[in-house]
Amino acid sequence: MNFPILSSLILLPAIGSFFIFFQKSNQNQYQSSKYVALFISLANFLLSLYLWYIFDPSIHSFQFVEDRQWIIGLVNYKIGIDGISILFILLTTFITPLCIISVNRTVKIKLKDFLIAILISESLMIGVFCSLDLVIFYLFFEGGLIPMFLIIGIWGGDRRVYSAFKFFLYTLLGSVLMLIAIISIYWIAGTTDVIKLYEIGIDAKFQNLLWLAFFSSFAVKTPMWPVHTWLPDAHVEAPTAGSVLLAAILLKMAGYGFIRFSIGLFPFASEYFVPLIFILSLIAIVYTSLVALMQEDIKKLIAYSSVAHMGFVTLGIFTFTQQGIEGSIFQMLSHGLVSAALFFCVGVIYDRMNTRLIDKYGGVVSIMPKYAIVFMIFTLGAVGLPGTSGFVGEFLILLGTFKKNFLVAVIASTGVILAAAYMLWLYKRVIFGKIINDDVKKMIDLNKSESIILWSLAFPIIFFGFYPDPLLNTTEVSVNNLIDMYNNNLAINTENN
Amino acid sequence: MEYFLIFLPLIGAIISGFFGKIIGHRNSEIITSAFVSISTILSIFIFYNVIENNYENNLIISTWINSGSLNVNWAIKIDTLSSVMLVVVTLISSLVHIYSIGYMSHDPHRSRFMSYLSLFTFAMLTLVTSDNFLQLFFGWEGVGLCSYFLIGFWYKKKSANAAAIKAFIVNRVGDFGFALGIFLIFYIFGSVNYNEVFDQIPKFLDNKIKFLGLDFNSIDLICILLFVGAMGKSAQFLLHTWLPDAMEGPTPVSALIHAATMVTAGVFLVVRCSYIFEYSNLALNLITIVGMTTAFFAASVALVQNDIKKIIAYSTCSQLGYMFFATGVGAYNVAIFHLFTHAFFKALLFLGSGSVIHSFKNEQDITNMGGSWRKMPYTWILMIIGTLALTGFPFLSGYYSKDAIIEFAYLKGNTSGYFAAGVGILTAFLTSIYSWRLIFKTFHGNYNNKNVDINSIHESPSIMLIPLILLSIGAILAGIIFKDLFIGNNSSYLFWQESIKFLEPLSKDHPPFWILYFTPFLVVISIPISHYVFLKNTKILDSLIESNKSLYKFLQNKWYFDEAYDFMFVKPAKKIGIFFWKIIDEKTINKFGPDGISKVIKNFSIRAVKLQSGFIYQYAFIMLLGFSILLTFFIIQ
Repeated sequence: MNFPILSSLILLPAIGSFFIFFQKSNQNQYQSSKYVALFISLANFLLSLYLWYIFDPSIHSFQFVEDRQWIIGLVNYKIGIDGISILFILLTTFITPLCIISVNRTVKIKLKDFLIAILISESLMIGVFCSLDLVIFYLFFEGGLIPMFLIIGIWGGDRRVYSAFKFFLYTLLGSVLMLIAIISIYWIAGTTDVIKLYEIGIDAKFQNLLWLAFFSSFAVKTPMWPVHTWLPDAHVEAPTAGSVLLAAILLKMAGYGFIRFSIGLFPFASEYFVPLIFILSLIAIVYTSLVALMQEDIKKLIAYSSVAHMGFVTLGIFTFTQQGIEGSIFQMLSHGLVSAALFFCVGVIYDRMNTRLIDKYGGVVSIMPKYAIVFMIFTLGAVGLPGTSGFVGEFLILLGTFKKNFLVAVIASTGVILAAAYMLWLYKRVIFGKIINDDVKKMIDLNKSESIILWSLAFPIIFFGFYPDPLLNTTEVSVNNLIDMYNNNLAINTENN
Repeated sequence: MEYFLIFLPLIGAIISGFFGKIIGHRNSEIITSAFVSISTILSIFIFYNVIENNYENNLIISTWINSGSLNVNWAIKIDTLSSVMLVVVTLISSLVHIYSIGYMSHDPHRSRFMSYLSLFTFAMLTLVTSDNFLQLFFGWEGVGLCSYFLIGFWYKKKSANAAAIKAFIVNRVGDFGFALGIFLIFYIFGSVNYNEVFDQIPKFLDNKIKFLGLDFNSIDLICILLFVGAMGKSAQFLLHTWLPDAMEGPTPVSALIHAATMVTAGVFLVVRCSYIFEYSNLALNLITIVGMTTAFFAASVALVQNDIKKIIAYSTCSQLGYMFFATGVGAYNVAIFHLFTHAFFKALLFLGSGSVIHSFKNEQDITNMGGSWRKMPYTWILMIIGTLALTGFPFLSGYYSKDAIIEFAYLKGNTSGYFAAGVGILTAFLTSIYSWRLIFKTFHGNYNNKNVDINSIHESPSIMLIPLILLSIGAILAGIIFKDLFIGNNSSYLFWQESIKFLEPLSKDHPPFWILYFTPFLVVISIPISHYVFLKNTKILDSLIESNKSLYKFLQNKWYFDEAYDFMFVKPAKKIGIFFWKIIDEKTINKFGPDGISKVIKNFSIRAVKLQSGFIYQYAFIMLLGFSILLTFFIIQ
């Protein structure tokens, strides 16, 4: 296996965006640049499926590793994947083409530039999930901000500039600390290579500070309470495709970071900070669910529900149990699908009515029955009904949490009741009831491309709800190895003390 | 064969749900009804096989969730208990399907309706044939979902939507307990498969678990948590508020879901877990208390309601209470027997009331009915059969099952048992009164409806009557035929075998003579009493209401549960939500966080800008100032 398949995955969308850049930007060319982008992203999706096919889930070490010297003696361009990262790559390559299909109706100006931004951010996000060097990771992780900043700032709604800056300010503050931490790791351990760092470990006395530095960056991106307030604003102002990328993939980079770096590099600190994470996660689950209940704006409601769902993820990761971590990974993938789908759903009616206020709707089912069906599927996915992917993730997380702490699991479980309340209430107010707004009567049901997008999201949500084995199988060995490594480290640390 | 049994309703649901428009309403109705009917035949065949050959089977369909030590399969488990439930579910379901063809014949969304009914049947079948707690939970939530869809089927009605959401969320509160129970089971036994869990129970009797600094016996805790789930689904006291509201759904739904099958899932759960519950006296006593409270509470409310469906809904609630206290005194088989007979007569009553509502043009208030028995004689007779069976009139099915519950409660010989028996007898009397009140007000006396002309009152079409007649046969005969099989002296090892665990064999004593005859006597005597009070001399009733106004109001408002819950949970949740959002998120985090920081920077830069005024004399002045300060500094040094 000498073909650099991971680098191809990263570079393909970037190369595609070059092609689009050099296309003429008159009106007719818009369509063709869309087709180029779609073709590139679909090719990338097929390539990643092939990668999943040749990936061997029974090995715990990293596969398809590429190692090139970059800044000699300092930083290597080192990438590779294991059972945890491959699924996030798949999620990225799966969501991107759907975003590109959706741009027709949602993006009115500078379509070409929008496509370039989406493709570039795809490249960067894939890069995040396969970096095996902290510096490379940092570059991809922060680079991912730039296209998203532009997507919100240029194609967003009325308050786009405020939201874009808020987004940038929050995320940047966290990242600066992470950068400092990465530099200090280099001075402490002499390398930024993740695999080597896993082997040699980081001295326990530095771990707490370093962990906090990484945490500040990840907590903002997750987002965890109380640094979550950028998310509702960013979602509300972002165009549909932007919201989808943000909710489906960008938020997952932080969860991935927790698993790969916080647990992997700083096991001692991770154990130490469990109470902090648990408390913040519980607040995220209960608090934001209650806030979501009272929202009047559909996008804000879904944004707040994202915070609650990500609360489950952070909870599961820091249980350090097989079920908890596998559940968290599953929950992230599932939330990637469900939240993407919900934002697409909001986009569909926003395009027709130009409002996101819940009380402007009502009675949509009689006008758009097809839409009502798919929206119901996604609502149930968000509620975590058994038979949807949402259930498997939440169930495993709570099962893992239960092992660690009874009370935390009890409180977290109340989030499941609240989720049902706010999602079903939203659905009822938008879809059911009598039509009170005449504009609703003028809406037309899903067109072909919308149906394709929504059903291709609905299918995996149901399929993996009934048969999650393909995903759980892929992650099992890697997660197991992570936990073993974590426990060994802890054991060594206690011996030394 | 089992595969066909389970999956045919699902296939029917998919066909009529997604292709209903293409194949037409009539075809959807035929396909779904036919598929469920085939399932019925198969389950009767399996039931026969179980009786005759002790047939048992545990098919694994595929793996479901596989993570670390958690291994869960999709499975079909056939034993005595599940075979009984299969018969109940598929039989009632197929009759309701057929009845719905007539009842819903004017509805523009009939194929969607049929699809939901079949989907519900499928979910219910996965629930009863599960071999592990997780698939049980899947079916559990699945039936809840279908119930949500069907209650809110007439989506333009505001009250229907509200009732649907209420049902789902109150059930979720129960499921919260249920889910915690499953977590605890996995935590202690390392498995969620029935067999693996049940085998290990005796080893863990003294296992303790710490919660909030207190030690709990894990078996007790598991049982209580599971029972909380059962309370939600079976609308037991405190979690019952959704069931009466659920009557917003079309009547066939009430018959199938909210009388015969879904609401009995809680009873099924307790019986299925008899292996655990047998070891927890605490939980059993709790079940007895909750069961008899529900039985009495619901019957008391049913006495004064005027909505025909709500009366039957409260009656269902009350009968479920009977089933629970039967399990609480350890008479699991009697509980299932009552579940079995109840399915027939309660479905009969609901479908019969549907027939009444149909001909009164959707009128549900019994004070607007009356005097109509000549116009719909079949419905009248069938409703009377249902009522007799429900009240436990001698030799009809309810007589055998309900009296057996009271007897076994008495024979249990402890305080809660005696108490339950007493409440059971009292409730049986109340049941009889409210049931006859319904019959007399609906069919007898003066015709009170101003909107519908009496001559337009008509009998329902035969497609609705035939299912009713079949159910009435069940309501008459189910008791006498299956009495020995289900609750006979040797039934526990001849029929139930491994499917129910009896730690101590059920008492074979006979209760005292008066108990055997007292309840039937009350039941029979209540007929003339209610005839007199509700028809002949209504003044007595009026003066009784007048003198006990506050009690009457208390009952009519259903003990003020809805108001209390609204005050305690719904309003505070909304207020807290607004507080978190407006005060904490926006006025605290945002104000001092990002907005604050940007404001500080902005202010700072505005000041910085002011310094650079562009006037040379200002710069010169500042330079001079700085120079003199420096100079002073050096001189002092």
